Amino acid sequence: MQRRLTGSASDPRIRARYRRETRFKAYTVTALFVAFAIIVAFFADIISQGYTAFWRTEIQVTLDYNERAERIGRFAINEDLREIVSRGAVRGIPLEIRNNPELAGTTHERWVPVYSRIDQYFKGKEALPPELEQQVLQLKEAGVIRSTFNWAFFTAGDSKLPELAGIFSAAVGSIFVLFVTLMFAFPIGVLSAIYLEEFAPDNKLTQAIEVNINNLAAVPSIIFGLLGLAVFINTFGVPRSSALVGGLTLGLMTLPIIIISTRAALRAVPDPIRLGAFAMGCSRWQVVRDHVLPLSLPGILTGTIIGLAQAMGETAPLIIVGMIAYIPEAPSSIFESATVLPAQVFTWASEPRKAFMEKTAAGIIVLLAILLTLNATAVLLRRKFERRW
Amino acid sequence: MGIGLTTLLLLAALAPLGFLAYRLGRGKALGAMATGISMHSRPQQYGWYSVVWMGLPALGVAIAAAVLSVVGLISPSRELVLIVSIAVALMGLAHGLRAIRPEVRARNALDNVIRLLLLSAALISIMTTVAIVFSILFEAMRFFREVSVWEFVTGTVWSPGDTFLEAAGRGDEVGEGTSFFGSVPLFAGTFMVTAIAMATALPIGLLSAIFMSEYATRRQRGLAKPILEILAGIPTVVYGFFAAITVTPIIVDIATFFGLDASYSNILSPGIVMGIMIIPFISSLSDDVINSIPQSLREGAYALGTTHSETIRQVILPAALPGVISAFLLGVSRALGETMIVVMAAGVRPNLTWNPLEDMTTVTVNIVYSLTGDLAFDSPQTLSAFALGLVLFIVTLSLNLVSTYLVRRFKQKYD
Amino acid sequence: METELKNTPTTAAETQSMADNTGEQTMGGKAVPEVKMQAEDLNLWYGDTQALHSINLEMYAREVTALIGPSGCGKSTFLRCLNRMNDLIPQVRLEGRVSLDGEDIYDHSVDVVQLRTFVGMVFQKPNPFPKSIYENIAYAPRLHGTGTSRSELDDLVESSLKRAGLWNEVADRLDTPGTELSGGQQQRLCIARAIAVNPEVILMDEPASALDPLATATVEELIHELKDNYTIVIVTHNLQQAARVAGYTAFFHMGKVVEYNDTDTLFTNPREQRTEDYITGRFG
Repeated sequence: MQRRLTGSASDPRIRARYRRETRFKAYTVTALFVAFAIIVAFFADIISQGYTAFWRTEIQVTLDYNERAERIGRFAINEDLREIVSRGAVRGIPLEIRNNPELAGTTHERWVPVYSRIDQYFKGKEALPPELEQQVLQLKEAGVIRSTFNWAFFTAGDSKLPELAGIFSAAVGSIFVLFVTLMFAFPIGVLSAIYLEEFAPDNKLTQAIEVNINNLAAVPSIIFGLLGLAVFINTFGVPRSSALVGGLTLGLMTLPIIIISTRAALRAVPDPIRLGAFAMGCSRWQVVRDHVLPLSLPGILTGTIIGLAQAMGETAPLIIVGMIAYIPEAPSSIFESATVLPAQVFTWASEPRKAFMEKTAAGIIVLLAILLTLNATAVLLRRKFERRW
Repeated sequence: MGIGLTTLLLLAALAPLGFLAYRLGRGKALGAMATGISMHSRPQQYGWYSVVWMGLPALGVAIAAAVLSVVGLISPSRELVLIVSIAVALMGLAHGLRAIRPEVRARNALDNVIRLLLLSAALISIMTTVAIVFSILFEAMRFFREVSVWEFVTGTVWSPGDTFLEAAGRGDEVGEGTSFFGSVPLFAGTFMVTAIAMATALPIGLLSAIFMSEYATRRQRGLAKPILEILAGIPTVVYGFFAAITVTPIIVDIATFFGLDASYSNILSPGIVMGIMIIPFISSLSDDVINSIPQSLREGAYALGTTHSETIRQVILPAALPGVISAFLLGVSRALGETMIVVMAAGVRPNLTWNPLEDMTTVTVNIVYSLTGDLAFDSPQTLSAFALGLVLFIVTLSLNLVSTYLVRRFKQKYD
Repeated sequence: METELKNTPTTAAETQSMADNTGEQTMGGKAVPEVKMQAEDLNLWYGDTQALHSINLEMYAREVTALIGPSGCGKSTFLRCLNRMNDLIPQVRLEGRVSLDGEDIYDHSVDVVQLRTFVGMVFQKPNPFPKSIYENIAYAPRLHGTGTSRSELDDLVESSLKRAGLWNEVADRLDTPGTELSGGQQQRLCIARAIAVNPEVILMDEPASALDPLATATVEELIHELKDNYTIVIVTHNLQQAARVAGYTAFFHMGKVVEYNDTDTLFTNPREQRTEDYITGRFG
């Protein structure tokens, strides 16, 4: 009997079709691998640029609280080390002496950060003039230069001196902004979603609200910045650069995200549960409060976390409402000028000095770590509470 | 007294009043029930009923006063508003308590109040849109009073720089007509960067989606999808840094290798990086669309003896086309409005060119730069940001509407 | 060949000899059926659940074989084994042999795409492609290279639509999308689409279950006519339909073939109690 089903091997037409099949599949696999390669390259790039910022070079110096140091801190250091020690490290000495007059005339051994160029030299990122290089290498030999974990990066605010700059004030600013965003967008978002999903009659107004929300979610974020500038700052007089105006602006942006995810979570609760509750004589609100909301809470929280993570990475609208000010001290209220982590990254990225580049990348690493944690939390929350009806 | 303090004081006064109202209202209902009267609703509901009567009118007065003073009709002192609100609260409380009678349907009244509360929350989204439209339109109108719409739309020279001197009060030194607001070069830059971004994102995103929905095993898909989604969670400022510090030098090096001249703020680099940012949008939306093509259509094709790729290219993709187009449009809309990447990696010089290795500037870059200087708020350069924003808003809104329409038609077809 | 037509054997061993028949043999004035497709000791698992238990069944050339049985009995699963549609479902495992003209279709050297051009299929729910009526039919011939020129394709489209009994209804609107036809027309379009490939076997998975009675009658009539040229295997829920269109009927239950016989015998004189219970409506 003629073997017909395996005859394709000799049929050029079918062979060509199978070649196309293989090629097409190869294209799709390639596309995915290109995307993966980009992700790997991206993270490798950022991490390799930024990890050095978590270390800093320190030098052990004898601080001499002499008379001249009471006016200018630099004079507390031996003259030949003044090029090496960070200016910012000894800036506080006059104040220190004023507050504790008994310190005058004493000497102290202390580890202080070095000037950023020397720090960069030890990280292999910048060259030094030969004499200076000779000197620091000798100091290193002598064991008075060391490299330690850079705690100051997490505890200090911004600084014009790269060796002293940290993300603390920006982190506090981010927390304030997100707090305002949450306080504004969460209640209004959840209430809107409950109205639309559980109460709203199917009329023109409801449809208008729905179309609106979907469109708001796709409006470019910079437009929200323009809105914040025109409405909150110019009309309502909310202080420019404050966490309040930033938080409200981001709140308007996050609102549609929370509404959409809350609606999805409410919709996932099957109708028989509602009908059962109605049959027991619950009012509509009681049905929602006692039955639907508790069941959909994990979904609502997941959506909220995702919305906040997005708000946390947002920069453009905050620039428009002035949140890129130079903020060395952490703000103490939502009415004060503040900056946020991504805006701090932007500010550092615009710095021409090379030492700020590792700060920028390190700021990015911290930001990405927080965002990935937030998103992973959302995913885990969803996995844990996901319920199939 | 600041707005914050006034609000705080008002809430501080209303909170104990609310507690009092609840206790009194519930107490009255309980008292009545103790004497054997049957009440329509539960005692707690009467408690909340009096809270509503106490709080709602008072808050209404406070909000009305705030709105009126913002609009500028009246400007009552904040102390006055505070005192009047609290007085209204007390009157409301008294009325609410008196109104508690067996036949009063407290539960139904509460339900209505809650419904109103929910509705007003939902209306905030509409108010946001209205606020966007009006605030931007209003400022844009001020801009168009000084610059003709025609010049703005068709002019090919964007050079607001001299208005800087005007704003500084030295406008006489430069004379008339030295600042130009022809937005064509800005939109050219925006469309160039968008085109490059979509040329990067569409093939990678769509082909990845095809692999994940058609070829991948469940495990591969469960692994690949979240990894791609990582790209969507990276803040744009990070992409901007990546474009400016890493991608741009690479492109310049490659161009130099081929003997080409590339600018260090070339538009290609932000375009490619923006494309990377958009990949997950294209891939996840296309993946959804491809997955919602009914299995019966696939089987129909297989039963005719098609290979897998023939089924995909000739049956599934044509059927999924509206959805893929809609994903594409959403991607375009994101690229048009993207700000940080271009602010950090693209140029600031308006430049009309077809060469992606040259520097170009975009609409969003100019919005940012015209609002971050120390300019007077009503200088034409500052106001131009709103005119550009208005166009951006209209374009992205239309793209989104078309995209939503396409998706809805698609869903209807296969549901 | 001692086998009588009215007493078709049900065991694989007995039918093996018939599989070798290539031509029609005449016996007592009646045609002894030629075996077109045959399943031997076919077992199938979805993951850990066994869905088919050692199925032995043969389907005769130019006959309609109906597969009946209660929901979940495995008849659709079996049908999909015949052109390897189950390959598309992950976690399906299969043992045993299915042959087309004696050739094992599960042999590793078999080209599935080729197989499906011999064994076409029509589905429960009409699934026209979202293309024009013309393109729905011309698509596969163009793909397989059996119709290349425009005129060839025009002829093929016309003849396929005529054989599917749809020509008169759509001749003047071949450019409209196939999805705009009525349910019954869509199903006949799908049949025309299958015919256009010029298959030898057509599998039909409850082809009329989504149609109204009038459309059902049209499709049944069509099946009756197609029988002259094609081997048809049809899964149906509707016993009357099986009785009307099929020459042979197999009763499936719990993944097994309980009884297989020519339709008249099976319906009037079933050997098995379960068959009788089912056809008299006692379960299912």
